[in-house]
Amino acid sequence: MTRQRLRRLLQAGLTLGAFSLCFGVVTGARAQTELLNVSYDPTRELYREVNAAFIADWNAKNPQKTIRTIRQSHGGSGAQARTVIDGLNADVLTLALAGDIDAVAERSKKLPLDWQKRLPQNSSPYTSTIVFLVRKGNPKAIKDWGDLVKPGVQIITPNPKTSGGARWNYLAAWAYAEKAFNKDEAKVRDYIAKLLANVPVLDTGARGATTTFTQRGIGDVFLSWENEAFLALKEFGEEKFDIVVPSLSILAEPPVTIVDGNVDAKVTRAEAQAYLDFLYTPKGQAIIAKHYYRPRNPEAADAKDIARFPKVELITIDAAFGGWAKAQPVHFGDGGTFDQLYKPTR
Amino acid sequence: MSDASLPLQAEDLEPARAARHVSGESRLVQWSLVAISLAFLCLFLFLPLITVFVEASARGWQAYREAILEPDALAAIRLTLLVAAIAVPINIVIGIAAAWAIAKFEFRGKSLLTSFIDLPFSVSPVISGLVFVLLFGAQGYFGLWLKAHDIQIVFALPGIVLATIFVTFPFVARELIPHMQSLGSAEEETALTLGASPWRTFLTVTLPNVKWSLFYGVLLCNARAMGEFGAVAVVSGKIRGLTNTMPLHVEILYNEYMGAAAFAVASLLAGLALVTLALKTLLEWHFADAIAASRRH
Repeated sequence: MTRQRLRRLLQAGLTLGAFSLCFGVVTGARAQTELLNVSYDPTRELYREVNAAFIADWNAKNPQKTIRTIRQSHGGSGAQARTVIDGLNADVLTLALAGDIDAVAERSKKLPLDWQKRLPQNSSPYTSTIVFLVRKGNPKAIKDWGDLVKPGVQIITPNPKTSGGARWNYLAAWAYAEKAFNKDEAKVRDYIAKLLANVPVLDTGARGATTTFTQRGIGDVFLSWENEAFLALKEFGEEKFDIVVPSLSILAEPPVTIVDGNVDAKVTRAEAQAYLDFLYTPKGQAIIAKHYYRPRNPEAADAKDIARFPKVELITIDAAFGGWAKAQPVHFGDGGTFDQLYKPTR
Repeated sequence: MSDASLPLQAEDLEPARAARHVSGESRLVQWSLVAISLAFLCLFLFLPLITVFVEASARGWQAYREAILEPDALAAIRLTLLVAAIAVPINIVIGIAAAWAIAKFEFRGKSLLTSFIDLPFSVSPVISGLVFVLLFGAQGYFGLWLKAHDIQIVFALPGIVLATIFVTFPFVARELIPHMQSLGSAEEETALTLGASPWRTFLTVTLPNVKWSLFYGVLLCNARAMGEFGAVAVVSGKIRGLTNTMPLHVEILYNEYMGAAAFAVASLLAGLALVTLALKTLLEWHFADAIAASRRH
């Protein structure tokens, strides 16, 4: 290669590099009406449909101030909270439980500590609960929480440290044990320890755990969000799995909020607020029921969607555990009951 | 003529056969070694690679096209190429500078520098990602300053580029250092004595001598830059259509029960790697003489 050609090559390379650098900075900084919804694992399909419906709705009403797109980011609820604390510019947070949004409020100071009072019904436009997904025909005869601690039963549940769903699983099991053993703390602890000993692998998020159970075929029973269990039936066929509804479960309230610090910086408060309000509208509630979440306003949803939800006795976190602010440190903080009772070595 | 050459050929063959026996191993050992290597390649390389393409085409060409042309997938492809287009040139410059310094000069801490260049290879990619979050995240050391100046590094393009540069940094330097060291600095010294400027010496003597090593380094660097998962996953924030690279997109699609689409994007990623490989082979074949010449130095 001659010197000239080399030099030309070098020049071309440098120009390309400089150009792409500029291009990157420009695209990174360009102002667009775009919202970012940072959510937990199982809501991918739900928000894809909500986003399309909301954008159509908003753009029809606000033709001079349209929303181009709503971006989605999904992961384990706790992990997602962590990235927002570390600076991910979420306009709205739609996480699995209030405790994770509390953590964002405390550590990033981008939203007030009483954020949960700002929207109706604990800021949760939908609820869900925890059910069991078992292999077709229920070969291990798992009917209720008590059956989970039988020897030889493999349980799939994600890691409560990173997954919101797993924390609901854990507390539902705890609530069952308190009822079954008449609040005898030693027996409750023994039950939970036995249950955890039957867990072969802890995934970081609900979706990873679903994949472990459904696609990798590990485990006899999967402690799952109700919506995630229904979705698995839909994706893989009802001939592969059964849903088992335990005698008692927990009312899971996945809350939503705007992140004040971010929407004010991005000037998207009006859009973000309208987006969350949309979830409470009849249209929003109908989409919610369609994706197997329990709507707050069942009348708004298709009766056929509502009929799919089994009746189950649901305890609330406020009544049984005194709210997330109490339950989080006691059970999932450093050295909490989960740390005390989970022994990964087998 | 032909009568005379025949016995000569036969004689030539004999020493060759003898030489093969001199290596000591029996045929059995030779063949079993070949068989083991082939079995290993099949199990760990060809089989997974074929699976990717088979799964990708499982739902037909139409589904494949749709998976690739879906806006989030296109955005992921664009982002991956953009990140490589920024990270690779930067690593070329830094890699050449580092290799040059190590191969041609003597200075204190040279061996330390050599070890440091390997650091990204020995550190887990998760840590490579986390350090940038710790430095540039909202709670990080520069978090407040960056926020005050409205600069977003992690969970945006700059963070992904930084993590990619960090992880792929050693490839160019690692290829160049041994080659430059084996060349010594005699030719450069000659050029300098004859009055060439240092810059000209570099462009006309050093660079042409090592261009093949540089080229390999760039190819490897590029392949890794496009394929990096761990470090990028930590700093990406996983915003679809914005900070999702191809490897991350593959995982997301798989988790969304869209196996065929996941493998379609995966096959494209694997395809890019294969193109890189083909390019390398083609150039090696085309410039076989030039490469041999540069290696002889």
